[in-house]
Amino acid sequence: MDKKKLSLYGKKILVTGASSGIGRSVAIENASQGASLIITARNRDRLNATLNDLVKITSEHNAICCDLTSKDDLDKLVEVVEPLDGVVLNAGAVKLAPIAFINDLTVNNLFEVNVQSSIRLIQRLVRKKKLNKGASIVFVSSISTQKATIGNAVYNATKGAVNAFVKSLALELAAKQIRANAILPGFVHTSILDNAKMSKEELEAHLKNYPLGRYGKPEDIAYLSTFLLSDKSNWMTGSLINLDGGFSLK
Amino acid sequence: MKEIFLELFKETLDIEDRTLNFTDVFKEYEEWDSIANLSIIAMIDIEYEIVIENSVFKNINTLEELWDKIQEHK
Repeated sequence: MDKKKLSLYGKKILVTGASSGIGRSVAIENASQGASLIITARNRDRLNATLNDLVKITSEHNAICCDLTSKDDLDKLVEVVEPLDGVVLNAGAVKLAPIAFINDLTVNNLFEVNVQSSIRLIQRLVRKKKLNKGASIVFVSSISTQKATIGNAVYNATKGAVNAFVKSLALELAAKQIRANAILPGFVHTSILDNAKMSKEELEAHLKNYPLGRYGKPEDIAYLSTFLLSDKSNWMTGSLINLDGGFSLK
Repeated sequence: MKEIFLELFKETLDIEDRTLNFTDVFKEYEEWDSIANLSIIAMIDIEYEIVIENSVFKNINTLEELWDKIQEHK
């Protein structure tokens, strides 16, 4: 096979939250499309497990252990990375809290991980000129910004903030031909949801809200990320793309 | 302490018309639904700083068992 025909051949791409779930799948799929990956996450063992899978595909990948809520870690990350052709901001946190039981800790934690760390990372990459002309930035947001779910008000607010940031980012960076888009996934079954306190019965009942008859798989998000990172989407910026098996149709 | 827990439980589910007993199977209350479920787990998280996983919570039936679970974590 001619590697140069792969859609991400020669592209250097940073993926956050790459040790598990969607981020891990995004890293693996994009490596198989010819990209060279820089993966980050907090958990070193799980991050190295992802790296081991990547190097089985091709050899040019790096793992950098990084707590995105730490400004020092962010500074170090941005310092060591070579200029990038793509970034996938996937790291995120979720916590269920009905309105009456929202507290400052929940608000601060979710906004810190889901919003502020992404803004800080992008700010540093732009300031330090670590994004190549034609680069593509992909945010993993949530369909919950289009269709509300109970107990998720704070999480949904963080993702709404992400969506608004993406639009402004896309506008500001357009002059450099740098694009920014967001994927809005429906329910994807990953370990982050094991903490979401939904029982097996509730999961089965909720499935009837998905016209295509299944929940998302991490690969579903990975495949769209490949398109957004590739030059085939180079007229696409500032878009918020529903990817939800039809959930938002009902 | 135990009585305060009962009051918090009542307040969370907006129960005003009766007293609760520790032998009650709370999941049979007419007020019990998925929001009540979420709210009780969140109330215990905030008031007692204890996170009860859903897999554990689904095997708890009476208020006594719920109180015992909170005490276990203390």
